[in-house]
Amino acid sequence: MSYLDYVTGEPVADDKAPAGPVAERWDTRRFQAKLVNPANRRKHRIIVVGTGLAGGSAGATLAEQGYQVVQFCFQDSPRRAHSIAAQGGINAAKNYRNDGDSIHRLFYDTVKGGDFRARESNVHRLAQISVEIIDQCVAQGVPFAREYGGLLDTRSFGGVQVSRTFYARGQTGQQLLLGAYQALSRQIAAGNVEMHARTEMLDLIVVDGRARGIVARDLITGEISTHYADAVVLASGGYGNVFYLSTNAMNSNATAVWRAHRRGAYFANPCFTQIHPTCIPRTGDHQSKLTLMSESLRNDGRIWVPKAQGDTRPAADIPEDERDYYLERIYPSFGNLVPRDIASRAAKNVCDEGRGVGPGGQGVYLDFADAIRRMGRKAVEEKYGNLFDMYERITAENPYEVPMRIYPAVHYTMGGLWVDYDLQTTIPGLFAIGEANFSDHGANRLGASALMQGLADGYFVLPATINDYLARHPHGEPVTDDHPAVQDVLAETEDRLHLLLSVDGDRTPDSFHRELGELMWEYCGMARTEEGLTKALRRIPEIREEFWRRIKVPGTGQEFNQSLEKANRIVDYLELAELMCLDALHRAESCGGHFREESQTPDGEAARRDEEFAYAAAWEFRGSGGRPPGVHGTPDGAAPVLHKEDLTFEYVHPTQRSYA
Amino acid sequence: MRLNLRVWRQKNGGSEGAMATYAVDGISPDMSFLEMLDTLNEDLILRGEDPVAFDHDCREGICGACSLVINGDAHGPERTTTCQLHMRSFRDGDTIDVEPWRASAFPVVKDLVVDRSAFDRVIQAGGYITATTGSAPEAHATPVPKADADSAFEHAECIGCGACVAACPNGSAMLFTSAKINHLNVLPQGSPERETRVLDMVAQMDAEGFGGCTLTGECATACPKGIPLPSIAAMNREWLRARRKVKG
Amino acid sequence: MAVSGLIMLGYLVAHVAGNLKVFFGPEEFNAYGHWLRVMGAPVLHHHWALWIVRIVLLAVVVAHAVSAYQLSRRDLKARPTAYVHRRKRASYATRTMRWGGIILGLFIVWHLLDLTTGTLHPGGFEEGKPYQNVVDTFSTWYGNVVYIVAMLALGLHVRHGFWSAAQTLGVGNARRERLLKLLANTLALVLTAGFVSVPVAVMTGVVS
Repeated sequence: MSYLDYVTGEPVADDKAPAGPVAERWDTRRFQAKLVNPANRRKHRIIVVGTGLAGGSAGATLAEQGYQVVQFCFQDSPRRAHSIAAQGGINAAKNYRNDGDSIHRLFYDTVKGGDFRARESNVHRLAQISVEIIDQCVAQGVPFAREYGGLLDTRSFGGVQVSRTFYARGQTGQQLLLGAYQALSRQIAAGNVEMHARTEMLDLIVVDGRARGIVARDLITGEISTHYADAVVLASGGYGNVFYLSTNAMNSNATAVWRAHRRGAYFANPCFTQIHPTCIPRTGDHQSKLTLMSESLRNDGRIWVPKAQGDTRPAADIPEDERDYYLERIYPSFGNLVPRDIASRAAKNVCDEGRGVGPGGQGVYLDFADAIRRMGRKAVEEKYGNLFDMYERITAENPYEVPMRIYPAVHYTMGGLWVDYDLQTTIPGLFAIGEANFSDHGANRLGASALMQGLADGYFVLPATINDYLARHPHGEPVTDDHPAVQDVLAETEDRLHLLLSVDGDRTPDSFHRELGELMWEYCGMARTEEGLTKALRRIPEIREEFWRRIKVPGTGQEFNQSLEKANRIVDYLELAELMCLDALHRAESCGGHFREESQTPDGEAARRDEEFAYAAAWEFRGSGGRPPGVHGTPDGAAPVLHKEDLTFEYVHPTQRSYA
Repeated sequence: MRLNLRVWRQKNGGSEGAMATYAVDGISPDMSFLEMLDTLNEDLILRGEDPVAFDHDCREGICGACSLVINGDAHGPERTTTCQLHMRSFRDGDTIDVEPWRASAFPVVKDLVVDRSAFDRVIQAGGYITATTGSAPEAHATPVPKADADSAFEHAECIGCGACVAACPNGSAMLFTSAKINHLNVLPQGSPERETRVLDMVAQMDAEGFGGCTLTGECATACPKGIPLPSIAAMNREWLRARRKVKG
Repeated sequence: MAVSGLIMLGYLVAHVAGNLKVFFGPEEFNAYGHWLRVMGAPVLHHHWALWIVRIVLLAVVVAHAVSAYQLSRRDLKARPTAYVHRRKRASYATRTMRWGGIILGLFIVWHLLDLTTGTLHPGGFEEGKPYQNVVDTFSTWYGNVVYIVAMLALGLHVRHGFWSAAQTLGVGNARRERLLKLLANTLALVLTAGFVSVPVAVMTGVVS
């Protein structure tokens, strides 16, 4: 059975968001939610997987409330979660600039920016909470940029017309994460959080239909252990590493969410991936990851390629009239500042025409010559100096002298586990927060909104909504290792690792990951077609079959074994990739980061088809093909089931985006 | 490029280690140092040997995971993290020594991987501001002079990689500890816990078995984020002040 | 270490100033030597002040040595496995603090046996005739070598030690960095030059 087929099942609905005016729903929900008596909280254990902005803030806050938190991260310290790499900033509707911003405007911008594929209730709540996040972070000592008067500075970001982005130079993610990490550290010291670093979740334990624990592997000793709780929170981030090359950290992975999906959690909008236009191009096959450069560079840099195909002259030797400033040409009113998805696609098009620059023709110029002439080198240096330095360190080219080369790269995944308004997945007791869920960004995320969502979920939303679940499900039977459900999960986990180690083939884990990534980039990347996606859906099971036949993982499972970690993550990428392609194939419209070539306007822009696709696609797992025989719990796959969640827009009315 | 690598190999924390020699070929000057090690590892796996274990994650110089001593320098010859070091900093035919961070507070886990959880415990001892979620006042209630905010930021940039400890001939963690203390103590929000923070963090740092500071300045030279050496003097000042206040 | 070091440093500044009196001839130098013994009189009995100074100095030297020993032990314990690839680190002054300290310790013992008790003095040691005693010591080649080597070590030790003590006591900050370094270098230079000038003067016959 392949993922070329699917079945449409019952629609799925969010039954937690209250009716009534959108601005009052969060208050209403908080009032309706049952509470847990403070004295009873310490009797509840909550597992939190991940220590990024969402997980770190959730773990700290739940522990402050009195719950016993058991927290996991695969990194050697909770401080290293990949949220740390976010550069730009965090949005908040503070309106400190008096420039017309408001909660409603942030709500409106986010729904529109998401190309009308996000849930209004969730987005409005996010905008409301944004204000409290800044207060919380300042109180924790996050050193946001300030003005001479001592008040917080803000800037405009990501093509919105108000200055609502708070920032800490180019390291906002780092500073916010350290704030959450420090709050978490305080709870660890107080004994309220049991922290397991270098411990990776390998599976979810579901007992009597409820999430009751996880199976984890100690990455140092290789020991497989079980951990039980009254609720499990996944804050394990996105799945951009399916593409092999992305701006994600090398070890960011999809195992936690994919295992949860296999155990019954619906996976929503897996095809919604964000491709960021301004990344440093790859230099060769050795490339292990891609580095993002802040998109603020597009404020002053001009993007161009040679007019002629295969023009290999150095940039300086190409005269002005032989250059094609294609964004300025195609989108005269927005020029170089068109949204991320549009800028990315345009770069791909010119490179596909054979006009790309640099090694392999996979790059376009981002030229500051005009800016340097206009503003002077010193002003350019002040504004972009650190980015120019970073570029020069990586490429050994001086961007003051020669134009930068940039190319789009996978950056963020809007899709994720389907959650209701309480951030609960379709498995009772399993919650997903931050990038791991699908909730707030629709088909495209605006700049500086990821940090906002992660912290909103972790500090404010989850700690309020998880009470309701725990209050309604006081204490189940204690689960122990001899429970049949646990035995099954353990056996499956151990079998999988054992098999990976015993194939002893002739290909490395990375070689499969790279092959899968190239396939996904080609067919499920910036522009997708029915033909390409079908091709990918036929090819992925073949790669998977070959994987189980030829993979070579050295060493044993009872030791620190990075190859085994990697191979085990690739097992899940090889299945998730299929669902991404299926989702992209079934959504025969273009919206946000998802561009189907069959669905475009006469001038080549994304054409949404609201009558047919104004829904979130929540996929139910029924088994995937291509698992090797003899592995527990992997029956022959049945076609996945699509559950549609209809999206209604009462406040922000869908319009077609236009930037020409 | 063709290079001769001498790499520290150690099976686990309990075993003896030694340098092993590997030749790598076809290295592009555009590769990062870690990509060069990836190339070596791909080769080792196919040859049926155990690949070299090393910590790495973001490969953008911000997570602080990578931690190699290259030719005796923490993070190698450039002032940056190992992941941002590129092979163009070396010459064809070079012999390169690669070793783990060396400190008794950072025991080796395997090969080039060390356990830096001592840093987490130093932070747990007081490297935070107590501000439970929901209790925060409006962000503009307390203005912070720009100079103080900038100073806090300069110290908050620390990525906790441990290069300071690795480079210090005494294996001292003063720069790491002082960075966090200076970040939080300069802010008005951090002032209520100013004394306990410095006393508790320094006590924890000592308890972890880091060496004493002799102001050699190696830490600040190796720090990829440029945490300045006077940061240590500022921490000492805070500590002396706290001792006076707590005793008095 | 910082406090004991600074006390010794203060003493050395006085010591070098006294030494330079040798250039004003035997009378003045010997009179100065005599004054050291009657210093504090008539409030204090003869020699009392001198003994107080000696006792304080002894305590400080012991404290300095004990702290140095403890710090070194702790530091060696913190880095039980050395790097295979060794390279020169920090400045020469910084790297030689431990050896420099040991050299200075040994020197002090010799110096006292030579010019205070006269035990190791070459030629006839005469209590109360420091001028002649100094000339005697520096008329031997080994007296000069030992002394000059020790004073160079002192210069290096003071150069890193002063600046370091300032950091330990929390005096240092980014703005004062240059000033402190300048002060450390000046102190090191003045002390070394001042002390070394005496044997040089004897060797060249300026003082005889």
